[in-house]
Amino acid sequence: MNVVAQPLAQPIARPAPPAPYGMLAELTHRCPLQCPYCSNPVDLDRRTVELDTQTWLRVFSEAAKLGVLQVHLSGGEPTARRDLEQMIRHCVEVGLYTNLITAGVGVTPERLAAISDAGIDHVQLSFQGATAEVTDKVSNFRGAHERKLAVAREVRRLGLPLTINSVVHRANIHQIPDFIELALELGAGRIEIAHSQYYGWALRNRGALMPTRDQVFWALDVVEEARARLKGQLTIDAVVPDYYAKYPKPCMNGWGRQSLNVTPAGKVLPCHAAETIPGLDFWNVREHALEDIWLNAPSFNAFRGTDWMPDLCKSCERKEKDWGGCRCQAMAIAGDAAATDPACHKSPLHAHLLALAEADAAGGEVAYDYRRYVVPDRAN
Amino acid sequence: MTALVTSAVPRLARGVRLRHDEARGQWVLLAPERVLNPDPVAVEILKKVDGVRSIEIIVDELASAFTVERARIATDVDAFLAGLKEKGIVTLAAVTVGDAAS
Repeated sequence: MNVVAQPLAQPIARPAPPAPYGMLAELTHRCPLQCPYCSNPVDLDRRTVELDTQTWLRVFSEAAKLGVLQVHLSGGEPTARRDLEQMIRHCVEVGLYTNLITAGVGVTPERLAAISDAGIDHVQLSFQGATAEVTDKVSNFRGAHERKLAVAREVRRLGLPLTINSVVHRANIHQIPDFIELALELGAGRIEIAHSQYYGWALRNRGALMPTRDQVFWALDVVEEARARLKGQLTIDAVVPDYYAKYPKPCMNGWGRQSLNVTPAGKVLPCHAAETIPGLDFWNVREHALEDIWLNAPSFNAFRGTDWMPDLCKSCERKEKDWGGCRCQAMAIAGDAAATDPACHKSPLHAHLLALAEADAAGGEVAYDYRRYVVPDRAN
Repeated sequence: MTALVTSAVPRLARGVRLRHDEARGQWVLLAPERVLNPDPVAVEILKKVDGVRSIEIIVDELASAFTVERARIATDVDAFLAGLKEKGIVTLAAVTVGDAAS
């Protein structure tokens, strides 16, 4: 044996990770809408397990101290929490930039005024379609579109900056030009054209959601053209559709590198889909300080940096650009969270991924499996 | 290039905040879904963008605080603010006499 004297005191000499910039606070999973691509997990947290106000306030204080600059108050529908304004005021006090991510259904003008007075910095409002017909169908909520329009106008009347978020898929991808027009008409400064990402609910509904390759490439051209035409007037951010891509998306800009996500029940995740990876040990803010979780939770260190990468990624010149792509997608498609993301053309499963997309895209009209609390089987 | 009207009063748009980032020891400009890192010169200008001072007052104050030719500062401030205005980070208000103090 080749025995080399090594000091035993430093089994893992890992440099401390830089502080996170952003925190997604999923205040609740309750939501009046039932979008079939919802980023919440399939097993939704119920109201009874949600963190209380005081715990959230502590988490926001700890986040600010840790170096978080922006907090995204999300859900579910965050306005379902009656203590939202209290949380916003606290975030402002500790110096956090607050972004409200809302579906805009059931939010009265009085509530919006209170949210504005509390000091919200920015509002992101979802539109499931550019027309009432599509929004109401995709969200499974009759009248949702009209309510969203009213909320958007109220947000602008209050002088708050507005982002329109539209998740695109087979039923609405043709509406991208209309989404952009809608954003302009509503006075939004920014629009997100986010292609549905296939984890959790969206993976369940992939057969109903997947667009064709031609649709996706047309969409990319439309966005490119609009971006150039509307420079200085409307910022257009796009989340790319990676099933048809050559390179994987740099998911979260690297696992445990820039941001973290707190679930309604207090679990802290490196990304909102991370619970789809079995065997990861997620720590909870009820038991650990946020900084301790960021630095030491096994789930955060599992895929941090480049050490965990398979040789295919480790030897790639893009390893610190793509950060290995998406771990949840590797899990979903390759059955191994540490595999090369199949969205990468170097992955042995790349052709398989493309075949899955093409088969789903050719599926015609498929009924949605709408997002909902999965009712336990009482038939016994 | 069209210069900005120097009597105009710049203000950070709603949804934009300048703050010191203690954790990283730097100034940051926070905007919707964006964190910008202004350089030291930009920080000095931004600290004076308060919705009260006009562009000419900002230039005067910078010229007396730093030993740099006023004309050069005026050019830099104009270019910097024009760029932020295009990005929607700064808004400009034309003021009539008496408004500036409110």
